[in-house]
Amino acid sequence: MTKTTRAGITRRTLVGTAAAAGAVAGLGAPFVRSAAAQAAYPNRPVTVTVPWGAGGGTDATARIVASILEKNLGQPFNVVNRTGGSGVVGHSAIATAAPDGYNIGMITVEITMMHWQGLTELKHSSYTPLALMNEDPPGVQVFAGSPYKTIKELADAIKAAPPGKMKASGTGQGGIWHLALIGWLTKMGLKADHVAWVPSNGAAPAMQDLAAGGVDVVTCSVPEARAIIEAGKARSLAIMAPERNPAFKDVPTLKEGLGVDYTVGAWRGIAGPKGLPKDVATKLTAELKKAYESKEFNDFMSSRGFATRWADAEGFAKFMEAGDKAMGEAMGAAGLKKT
Amino acid sequence: MMQTLLEAFRLVFQQDVLIAILASAVYGLVVGALPGLTATMATALLVPVTFYLSPIAAIATIITASAMAIFAGDLPGCLLRIPGTPASAAYTDEAYAMTRKGEAEKALGICLWFSALGGIFGTLSLILLAPPLAEMALSFSTYEYFWLAFLGLMCATLVARSSPVKAIASMLLGLLVSCIGIDNPAGTARFTFGSMDLLGGIDAIAALVGVFALSEVMRAMTTPEPPPLPRRKFGSILKGMIRLTREYPKPQIRGNIVGIIIGVLPGAGADMAAWVSYAMAKRFSRTPEKFGTGHPEGLIEAGSSNNASLASGWVPSLLFGIPGDTITAIAIGVLYMKGLNPGPTLFTEKASSMYALYIVFLLSNVIMIPLGIVMIRLASHILRAPRSSVMPVIVLLCCVGAFATGNNLFLVLTVAAFGCLGYVMERNGYPVAAMVLGIVMGTMVEQSFVTSLIKSDGSILPFFSRPVASVLAAMTFAALLWPLAVWLKRRLAPARAAAGA
Repeated sequence: MTKTTRAGITRRTLVGTAAAAGAVAGLGAPFVRSAAAQAAYPNRPVTVTVPWGAGGGTDATARIVASILEKNLGQPFNVVNRTGGSGVVGHSAIATAAPDGYNIGMITVEITMMHWQGLTELKHSSYTPLALMNEDPPGVQVFAGSPYKTIKELADAIKAAPPGKMKASGTGQGGIWHLALIGWLTKMGLKADHVAWVPSNGAAPAMQDLAAGGVDVVTCSVPEARAIIEAGKARSLAIMAPERNPAFKDVPTLKEGLGVDYTVGAWRGIAGPKGLPKDVATKLTAELKKAYESKEFNDFMSSRGFATRWADAEGFAKFMEAGDKAMGEAMGAAGLKKT
Repeated sequence: MMQTLLEAFRLVFQQDVLIAILASAVYGLVVGALPGLTATMATALLVPVTFYLSPIAAIATIITASAMAIFAGDLPGCLLRIPGTPASAAYTDEAYAMTRKGEAEKALGICLWFSALGGIFGTLSLILLAPPLAEMALSFSTYEYFWLAFLGLMCATLVARSSPVKAIASMLLGLLVSCIGIDNPAGTARFTFGSMDLLGGIDAIAALVGVFALSEVMRAMTTPEPPPLPRRKFGSILKGMIRLTREYPKPQIRGNIVGIIIGVLPGAGADMAAWVSYAMAKRFSRTPEKFGTGHPEGLIEAGSSNNASLASGWVPSLLFGIPGDTITAIAIGVLYMKGLNPGPTLFTEKASSMYALYIVFLLSNVIMIPLGIVMIRLASHILRAPRSSVMPVIVLLCCVGAFATGNNLFLVLTVAAFGCLGYVMERNGYPVAAMVLGIVMGTMVEQSFVTSLIKSDGSILPFFSRPVASVLAAMTFAALLWPLAVWLKRRLAPARAAAGA
């Protein structure tokens, strides 16, 4: 009797233990998983801030990167366009967000330019760089009916012309393509204002004015000039990059065509606020590398005509450092630097 | 030719394309009808969706949503005197006056019918005249743009019902507002007072929502409820439209042509087309004194004009990748993404896709009519809702809409500030529409003037010596001196003028 009782108890205990174990296995599993995920970033949606408007190139790049991260990490990566203040608003939103890895953003070349003009205190060192994703070098475009067939002929014509006679356009005063022109002129030993800059509201209106005969030269990125070139209204003479663009194999680099070693570009990269935890930053950089190498990203970028350029966190920081210095020099030469 | 056309039909009449068109049509109608949410924004928000669509379906969503949004912008303008999009701002007062007369269905019917007709005319121009129109657009340099923008500014005195002096004062205030920020030819921060938010300037959409919508709410709070509109069944929406089409053929054709021309010019979009057309309708009307009291003529001309400009805005985009307006600027990105790279080759190598786009354009303008009728019927309930429940919703929509354009709280503050300003201005008889015109056109006037002078080394001669510029200059001066001539004529022969009037 005692034996059976004991056996019964034993059996009951066994059953109970089994039930408890089952309960742990059944109910506890999600807890276990979420506890593990808490350690493993990310476990809630991540905000990706874009300092420029929806529909533009930066927005499109950020969205494709976000969609790949979302797929690979299993958490929503929400793209938020924080526009205003010529990019200052969005850039400072990224820099001042909580450094927990749930607020990252796409920073652009303007971050190495704006602080020289005294528009903001922010500079590249205000961020934790994660990865450089893209850089578009400018081409040098002339009107299809113009006499300049090569970059050499154009450069000679520029040198021969009195200062201010030739006109160039591509973006606003002190914008990236203006600084590209200045950098090129300085490299040739000319003054920054040897070619007068006609400010425009972006590359598209500048290319249109080139076709209308309003300006002599337009420096802007190849994707921005592509349609007009393909329509036979303009000619690209050179590209300010280390290598030729696969889509325009006939267009030489500045170094090939002119012997002037000058490269510049408008770039886009992902960064977080300063002081991002090391493990989070490492993980994001690794994921961004995966995204950068994915077919989806490369197909998208080549379909839009955007060039890709990779740099990891450390490389990106060095890249921005060098770019910052070059921009400071160009802006100093143009008299745009605030003293 | 026939082969490509058949292929194009096959491309369009696919299940996914048709569903995309229908869904984006409904979406465009809703977004356009909400004050503060523009057609441009409707398109921008569609971009991530287009990642997952086939090329034709992707472009179709953009074409359809933008066309619907421009029409739907007339709805709140007509019913509440709050324009849904800037393109409706030019004739909001007129449409609202019609509603107060108890002719809401007629006003909305005009907006719908002539929007659709304008869209179809614009598409025909795209099909038939794309290459020559694109050539014309490319020959426009900053000199021509300066005159065009200047002409646009002069519409301020024409569209306003108040005294011209007050209209000009409002417009100048708008120009001053457009000076704020760093987006000027010199790239120098102006009137920013160290504020980061002001660097980017005053957002025209936020200002528009403020002066129209918010000030309307404030006015509603201070004035007693207007006598309720006679309770009756909402009449047929399209009744009499054929008659109106026959009665006013000239304004309609003129509106279409002006819309097509302005649409083709990069940088000048549906907003400007509506302003210029409304002003033209008034100038050439036999009964200009009826304008502003609920007269269909201006509505017909401006309503067809802004939708016509929408289609022709695609001409420079498709041929040269130069955006005709902000909507096509977004669309170009999608075209590239989907392998339909803009350029002349699009018309030769990918002809079937091009034809497919034409079919989508026509289709979206045709389904605008039935969907628009449903939308109008739904929206018309707002007229019967008590003001105390409509107004808070409008304030909420204004705030959400303004915030959504840039995820920036400053935009909401802009709405609030311009709401107060608009209220004070209206109270004292200064037309707010003229100020909005100043804000919208100010940047273009300054940019084109300064860059022209840089290009000509400070000489003003090219403003008059280039052929197109000289014609535009002559038109501008004629418009400037016309009132003076009329005034002199009246002074010299008062009796005759009185008899003539």
